[in-house]
Amino acid sequence: MMIVSPTQATNGAPALSPQLPPRAGIGLKSQHYQQILERNPAVGFFEVHAENYLVAGGPFHHYLGLIRERYPLSIHGVGLSLGAQQPLDREHLERLASLLERYQPQAFSEHLAWSSHGDVFLNDLLPLAYDNATLTRVCAHIDQVQSRLQRQLLLENPATYVEFAHSSMDEAAFIGEVVRRTGCGLLLDVNNAYVSSINHHWDVQAYLHALPLHAVGEIHLAGFAEDRDAAGERLLIDNHGAPVDAAVWRLYTEVLQLIGATPTLLERDNAIPPLDLLLEEAQHAQALLDAIQPTRRQASA
Amino acid sequence: MNSQQDFFAALLDPERDCPADLKTWNGSDPAARFAVYRNNVLSSLIDALAASFPVVQQLVGEAFFRAMAAVYVRHSPPRTRILADYGTDFPTFIEGFAPAGSLPYLADVARLELLRIRAYHAADAAPLNPTVLAAALAVPERLGSLRLRLQPALGLLDSAFAVVSLWAAHQGALALAEVDPDQAQCALVLRNGLAVEVLGIRRGDLVFIQALLQGQPLGAATQPALASDPTFDLGACLAQLLRAGAITHCTYDKQRPLP
Repeated sequence: MMIVSPTQATNGAPALSPQLPPRAGIGLKSQHYQQILERNPAVGFFEVHAENYLVAGGPFHHYLGLIRERYPLSIHGVGLSLGAQQPLDREHLERLASLLERYQPQAFSEHLAWSSHGDVFLNDLLPLAYDNATLTRVCAHIDQVQSRLQRQLLLENPATYVEFAHSSMDEAAFIGEVVRRTGCGLLLDVNNAYVSSINHHWDVQAYLHALPLHAVGEIHLAGFAEDRDAAGERLLIDNHGAPVDAAVWRLYTEVLQLIGATPTLLERDNAIPPLDLLLEEAQHAQALLDAIQPTRRQASA
Repeated sequence: MNSQQDFFAALLDPERDCPADLKTWNGSDPAARFAVYRNNVLSSLIDALAASFPVVQQLVGEAFFRAMAAVYVRHSPPRTRILADYGTDFPTFIEGFAPAGSLPYLADVARLELLRIRAYHAADAAPLNPTVLAAALAVPERLGSLRLRLQPALGLLDSAFAVVSLWAAHQGALALAEVDPDQAQCALVLRNGLAVEVLGIRRGDLVFIQALLQGQPLGAATQPALASDPTFDLGACLAQLLRAGAITHCTYDKQRPLP
């Protein structure tokens, strides 16, 4: 299988190694464009959803272009449907390639999930059975994406609410195998790890330690909503609409101790608060990042 | 076997059982957990429609809008991964949605909002330098054969209802009580710099701009405009387009734009 790493030269040209700075970043929201340009807030990077910018022109591109001149950028896809039981949408992949060409982001990420069936797009990240058939399919899709984009993809661990009876491996082992086979990186969503561990009664420490932590290129932090399942047990919903929970902050600190300072995004996609509140959350993450000694990995980089 | 087929079918159909191969750690009914996915899909797509059609939502109220949008989402889920493009046939759906029958203008308000979304995200196009057009207009004997190209963001709506006033009332620009919804209006939607504008235009202007969009030169475009509206004023219409930055090229020859 093809392995694309960020330091690998792909066309004989000098190797490009775009990387996000190991600092805290926030999601870029259209209601904050002007304030960001006026105030130049001290954040490490911004992240956008790729699909919001797959439009021809207008204010979204105008402002993203200006903000990209000042900040590192992460482009986060929500529409590739890497886990779908059907071929990738080539047209969508081509549009993504153009977007990445235009904005030259330091990171590109997608989800371990499916979101399309036939020509219908469901706008949600749907769960996968962890078996050999899924593993082969997901790896083939990631190979296809990485060879078209000529860059490493960071794969995000999902938040899930159900498991599949015919899964033959656990999620962390599945992700480890995808990373090993494709050379993709891991976008470690600490909130998702916590949410799924509560929802499926996993040991979150064991889950984290079983992940390919050496491959983490970015961390996501977000808030969740709380519900109950049919037996009255806690069911956490990854809604990106609340501040980061204290338990997730604790887990994040533990992750940083394991892997060192890592680019960290505060995700908020619903009930978007004023920019200052997002910046405060990012500052909290930044303080935790500042308290972490560089790891050997980063010291030698 | 395509197990995602079952999952997919059950997501959009609340009458269907949840997929058979789901399990939960505590043996609880997976249907309660599957409902999270059902709700995520439906509510996120309703939210996308609410973001694109805010005035339609204001006109019918949030509860009615969400119920109407839920029927639409189940009937017409997105065939695009770009949510800005979702809902192109929502106005047609509204037209046939019997519970909204008491608001016959609702579909056209939705059409206007759709034009606004399109204009917002349309390709950028620099407006024509006014001196170039002024020079061309100063040669009256060639005026009839002058062709104008308009910005990609531009859209037109010919409505039997007061769509422009209804829309303006919901921007606080005029009082809703003063709007007679049964008064026919024509709308011109365009993007002036970064801002989308909704302009009320006369019927002759609409016919004229439609002809320009079809590639007709000024002479051929003016005839149907005057035929439909004897008060059509070519100079005023061109001035309005120019002021709004809507004209991007002018040429006597389709192949060679003027500088």
